[in-house]
Amino acid sequence: MMTLLAQVAEAAQAAHAEQPFDYWSMVFVFLLSTFIGIGVIRRVSRLLHTPLMSITNAISAIAVVGSIIVTGSDYPTEIRLMGAVALFASMTNIVSGFLITDRMLKMFKTSREGDQK
Amino acid sequence: MMVSIVQLTYLIAAALFVFALHWMNDPKTARRGVFSGVAAMLLAVLATWIQPVVVHHGWIILAIIAGFAVGIPLSMVPLTAVPQRTALSHAFGGLAAGLVGTAKYYLWYGEGGGELSVFRMTAIMAEIILGYLTFTGSLMAAGKLQEVKWIPQRPVTYRGQNVMNIGLLVVAAAIGLWLIINPTDLLAPKLFPVVIGLALVFGVLLVIPIGGADMPTVISILNSYAGLSAVAMGFVLDNKLLITAGALDGSSGLILSIIMCRAMNRSFVNVLFGAFGQVQQAKQLEAGKVYKPETIEGAAQVLEQANLVVIVPGYGMAVAQAQHKVRELYDQLKKRGVTVKFAIHPVAGRMPGHMNVLLAEADIPYTDLVESSDINSDMPQCDVALVVGANDVVNPVARYDKTSPIYGMPIIDADKAKTVYAIKRSTRPGFAGIDNELYFSDRTWMLFGDAKKVIGDLVKQLSDTGGIH
Repeated sequence: MMTLLAQVAEAAQAAHAEQPFDYWSMVFVFLLSTFIGIGVIRRVSRLLHTPLMSITNAISAIAVVGSIIVTGSDYPTEIRLMGAVALFASMTNIVSGFLITDRMLKMFKTSREGDQK
Repeated sequence: MMVSIVQLTYLIAAALFVFALHWMNDPKTARRGVFSGVAAMLLAVLATWIQPVVVHHGWIILAIIAGFAVGIPLSMVPLTAVPQRTALSHAFGGLAAGLVGTAKYYLWYGEGGGELSVFRMTAIMAEIILGYLTFTGSLMAAGKLQEVKWIPQRPVTYRGQNVMNIGLLVVAAAIGLWLIINPTDLLAPKLFPVVIGLALVFGVLLVIPIGGADMPTVISILNSYAGLSAVAMGFVLDNKLLITAGALDGSSGLILSIIMCRAMNRSFVNVLFGAFGQVQQAKQLEAGKVYKPETIEGAAQVLEQANLVVIVPGYGMAVAQAQHKVRELYDQLKKRGVTVKFAIHPVAGRMPGHMNVLLAEADIPYTDLVESSDINSDMPQCDVALVVGANDVVNPVARYDKTSPIYGMPIIDADKAKTVYAIKRSTRPGFAGIDNELYFSDRTWMLFGDAKKVIGDLVKQLSDTGGIH
């Protein structure tokens, strides 16, 4: 029994080593997220297409996650430097993207203050 | 344990991103979307930062501070400059993806190349080609929109352009394929920069032949590329949050591109490879056609007596910064019981939704901004159509002239209104270089001058006569 378990564990470990990451599941995530994206974005009000573009800009700056790892890990200096520039670029997109989206959205009103209806 | 915490946080962040976009379906809930997006981003950054592999913090802090220092001023640009800001942020997104891909390749190469599987190399190639071409392509688009002097505004076309562009891409892809098969070859680290160089050049060449009228589509396509390069980064780094967020951005760009293409009755391929420039000299001003000018007083009188006025804004309104004067005119007319609506064409302006944002900035209720396809049935009842700096989107030629480059494009039926006033800076044709039939119609009168000044004069005239009543 114990040897069987050990064998299973060994086999699992071997399989794991052969396939360091499961790329099929990533392809699935990509496919399904694209469908969700299309479904959600089709319903976005046409009035808001400009803010939509700026908020998706900010969201795709999630590349910041990769940049942080590259910048902060114990890698050679030139590689970390590339990471730092990428981090700066992504951070700029996050900050300006979210701020300008909010600034634009604040302007969309149904009626003005002081309007007599 | 750490892995689970990080993955759980990423999962929550992914859900929050989907909600952020979901709430954009109504202006009432849209601001909630921003909060949700910010929360997701904050969670993702913190969860990444606390991982044990991150041991150096100095540069991270520095880069974040620099990002704030540049990002805050970039978020305060005037709304007329939003298209170029958007293009610039696509450029930043592409650059970030390209750099991370490059860094990861050289890192893994230096470690002996054990990590460089075929799948990973394919993802790296997709990431750097998409990333760097988005970088230079978007910089070019931003330059054109900002009207930077040394970047030509007009489409630049030459013989064999498409052959050259496609040839360049094929060469880049071929080298990329070789690199995917031989990632650890001694030659590989030298060929890698060649692919980067080709992608950078391709980005420039891709946008050079594109004119202002096609900018909304091009910005949407670049938006999609920026998203896809983030997806490729997710594949490289084995990070599902990156894949999800990138896919959301990519599909958003895709949908906007489709909407823009439909609004112009053109295909992607046609926008990217069939520059407007090639056909634009086809039609010249026909002899015997004259503009009928109208005075401010005359126009004010007609406007005042109308029941329904439809204002058709275009890029000219943005250039002249006339949106606030338009609001004053809107107020003057509303005060007299006139119904005023705005007819918004999807490709009016230089990016999707450009006109809506400008008019919202001028405090015009969004309930009066009407999609062109929804207002066309009301146009025959419309007393006055006031065209403010729009041109191709109201050109009736699109309905019947098969030789016209804009043939088949859905337009706003301004010509069906009882009276049309068109504000125009000069007698020159519009951006697409085509004459506008509308201006020579029996019902059309021209108001020549800068849009801001003309509308200002109309407002002044109306408020003066208002005093007499």
